[in-house]
Amino acid sequence: MKARTEKIREIAKRLLHEGKVDVVIGYARGTSPMREQPFFARTPEQADQLTWSSFCVGNTAKSLVQVARAGERAGVVAQGCASRNVVGLIVEKQVQRDKVVVIGVPCLGMVDFRKVEAQVARSEGRRVETVEEDGEELVVRGRGFEKRLKRKELLRDNCFTCQHRNPVLADELAAEPTAETGGGDIDKVAAPWEKFPAADRWARFRETFQDCIRCYACRDACPLCYCKTCFVDDARPQWLGKTQDMTDITSFHLMRAFHCAGRCTDCGACESACPQGLKMRRLTSKIEKDIRELYGYSAGMDVQAVPPMASFRPDDSDDFIKQGGEQ
Amino acid sequence: MITAYKILGKNAFEGFFGSLAQGREVYAPAQKSGKIVWAPMHSAADVDWRLDNTDMSPKEFFFPQSECLMRFKNAEGEGGRVMVPVAPLATQRVLLNIRPCDAKAFRLLDRIFVQDDMTNDPYWRDKREKTILIGQGCVNPCPECFCTSVGCGPFHEDGLDILLTDLGDRLLVKPISGKGLAMVKDLPEAAPGDIDLAGKIMAASEAAVKTYPGFEPKKLAGRTVLDIYDLPLWSSLYETCLNCGTCTFVCPTCHCFDIQDEVRGEAGRRVRNWDSCMQKLFTEHASGHNPRGEKRDRVRQRFMHKFTYIPMRRDGELGCVGCGRCVRFCPTNIDVREVVRRMGEDVEAKSK
Repeated sequence: MKARTEKIREIAKRLLHEGKVDVVIGYARGTSPMREQPFFARTPEQADQLTWSSFCVGNTAKSLVQVARAGERAGVVAQGCASRNVVGLIVEKQVQRDKVVVIGVPCLGMVDFRKVEAQVARSEGRRVETVEEDGEELVVRGRGFEKRLKRKELLRDNCFTCQHRNPVLADELAAEPTAETGGGDIDKVAAPWEKFPAADRWARFRETFQDCIRCYACRDACPLCYCKTCFVDDARPQWLGKTQDMTDITSFHLMRAFHCAGRCTDCGACESACPQGLKMRRLTSKIEKDIRELYGYSAGMDVQAVPPMASFRPDDSDDFIKQGGEQ
Repeated sequence: MITAYKILGKNAFEGFFGSLAQGREVYAPAQKSGKIVWAPMHSAADVDWRLDNTDMSPKEFFFPQSECLMRFKNAEGEGGRVMVPVAPLATQRVLLNIRPCDAKAFRLLDRIFVQDDMTNDPYWRDKREKTILIGQGCVNPCPECFCTSVGCGPFHEDGLDILLTDLGDRLLVKPISGKGLAMVKDLPEAAPGDIDLAGKIMAASEAAVKTYPGFEPKKLAGRTVLDIYDLPLWSSLYETCLNCGTCTFVCPTCHCFDIQDEVRGEAGRRVRNWDSCMQKLFTEHASGHNPRGEKRDRVRQRFMHKFTYIPMRRDGELGCVGCGRCVRFCPTNIDVREVVRRMGEDVEAKSK
């Protein structure tokens, strides 16, 4: 991680110094344990604050739209998933290829802070105060304890099943390419609901989303959500109720997931942003699995590709129409 | 008045719990799949003394995220429309092991929801009057909290009926309000040694709460609104903010709401829902004009509300109790302590 940090700084400084970009979007050290923050470096000096660690869990492509709309040229520090979102933004014509320099980071997977908390037993009142990275281990300290934990047991669910750890699009690389996948079988875990009978799915669905507080952090952390007015913010007409009723919560999550169909790179920013720790990927990863199986398409792999939801072919599969509930 | 401290052995807690639960619902922090949540307690054994503060603040108990205010229907022959009020809370409640920061937050919200005869929110007041707050002093402050920097503390008593100090196998009980005193009058008096021990624990706790270098809300006192409004930091701070509402929803003092009438056919209900100054729709006018149309304006609003507007209107009280939830849950780690530090820095630079 240290070597990646140094290389990211070196590249960012050079790009800013040579005036190739106006800003480099990356991460800086966070102020609280297990949190890094998105950071915009605009001068070579500021580039010294850039960092890379196991806790860079947002998606830098999210900020790219904002920067592009302001007319700035951006360098983006991006691992596999974020680089695929940069590709997606180019495909969807939100960003011009020649206005972006991708600083690619072959990724070793990011850590889920909740898994760390579970291992140090937050349930017994132990809270993590500092984390030090040591190769494939994390040294976690708090009041009266110190534990060495294995990174691979702490990876976020989406990092465990990651299919593309190496950047798909990169103008510079901050490290040698790494193993392409996270090791988990995505098709086994992508759609946990598939194995349940239709009658149980609804109960599972409710269980997944009942604690939602509708802060919309999942939407706002997502690099696919760049609409100037989101459907939940429309007032005339108002598409959606505003209450905590299951109907309203359900509508929001279903619509959000479907808006991501064929576009989601499974970067996990939504789950990492959620203050309630909801597993909303149970929806999006099922949709992505369908897209893979029905259309042989994965989002963000090719700037020339036409996404399946944005095109029509007479021989397109329509099997999904018959798959709802009863077979 | 000298408070008569009481003592309660944890082995005798069952009896005390029984007296609490007599005609009341008891809630306390509990674990739920890695989170610390507020949950109903059915017996003394359900109470877990080891937990840190809950992920979500307990404001939901007084100000539910969605609350029906009334029902209505069109009715021929009954004056055209019938409006039915919602019944008041049916039960008395106890929030056990609430933290001092949250209790203080509700004192502040009392001054907002129940200001005077003209501003007297019956929904808030009803629930407040029917709820007893039994606090637990924080013996294990969270890494993100900063209560001692905002006029609060791990053993702050403001807003509590009773304050408990965990001495291991027993609890030191300090009645604070008349209600609290009535509930503990039958417990044995505490020995001077227990009171001393609790004093030591409290001092250690206060020392353990972190202070953030440069976090000095005092620097902002006495400045005009426009002084703060025009500070340079606002032009960059907003960049990484996602404008999600997480900070406002986890905050124990955020209290903005939106009222909606949900109508189906001839009948409907009026619902009050949490709202957030981070959302664009929050300030959008029917004309389409939006006085806080840019992300920058919305981010500035949150911090100015806490550290400028509330102090101006509430005798210098800050709109923040230092619970640290927004620091912990902000997806982009926008840290209120760092924001206030920068506000102070900008203010000083301006006055040079």
